[in-house]
Amino acid sequence: MLTLTCPVCGVDACETELAAGGEAHLKRYGPGSSDDQFEEYMFMRPNVKGVHFERWRHAMGCGKWFLAARDTATLEVFGTYPAQTLEPPADILKAIKAKRPDWSLT
Amino acid sequence: MSNAFSALQGVSDTGFAHVKEMGLVGMVTLKADLDAAITKKAVKSAIGEGIPAARGMSDGSKPDGVAWMAPDELLFLCKHEEAEGVVNALTKGMGDAHHLAVNVSDARAVFTIEARDVREVLGKLTPANLADLKPREIRRSRFAQVPAAFWMNSPNHATVICFRSVAQYMFDLLVTAAKEGAEVRYY
Repeated sequence: MLTLTCPVCGVDACETELAAGGEAHLKRYGPGSSDDQFEEYMFMRPNVKGVHFERWRHAMGCGKWFLAARDTATLEVFGTYPAQTLEPPADILKAIKAKRPDWSLT
Repeated sequence: MSNAFSALQGVSDTGFAHVKEMGLVGMVTLKADLDAAITKKAVKSAIGEGIPAARGMSDGSKPDGVAWMAPDELLFLCKHEEAEGVVNALTKGMGDAHHLAVNVSDARAVFTIEARDVREVLGKLTPANLADLKPREIRRSRFAQVPAAFWMNSPNHATVICFRSVAQYMFDLLVTAAKEGAEVRYY
């Protein structure tokens, strides 16, 4: 079972209380962008096996969105952080590096 | 004006725990910026109590209480006939500040569970970690397939709030979990 701590209300929420929102930190290109860029934003996901940044919603709780870093293969959770974050925060990256020395943010 | 009826009109059942639908309960939802001074003032003047801390409820055994539902949401508990008054007081107190105050009394159902240890009933239905739950800490979670909010007043007494549309489902769940001889004795 996957348990994520909601950074908004502080509850340790079980996977079944949450709604998955897919990959986090996607860049949406603005006016004047090409079709390829829109396709990339809309459909192209690396679908990594390993460290992954994700969006989750505490659907059966406070109802707020938050972001989480976890390993998709082992389900190990490195941390959760507010949705109003443009890139993975330093403390999360540090926690990942401590467990996965070879990993780097691409 | 038609008479108000609660979802299951006070139905109850006794297994190893006593499950009862509480009948008419007044509930008012306030959505607003809880950190704003005007919100604090409006809540204080409407119900005479301050905004509780995160996941907290107002203390004491008063019939009126305030529960923290989310960083921008509070639930006021009061007598059914007083709910409109609370809405009016909040609306007046909030003035032009961006907010939503609405009487949700007839959109919810409230149950109480009394048992030697209510976690024996709750633990079968919700994924929430009951070992960490403090008395009068409100936990929003799910009971089997439906969302619910609940808190334990004491180890022997818990209150569950769910949507009115799933009241019968919730009652059946609680009664089944509380059947005589169905104690797990985990806690």
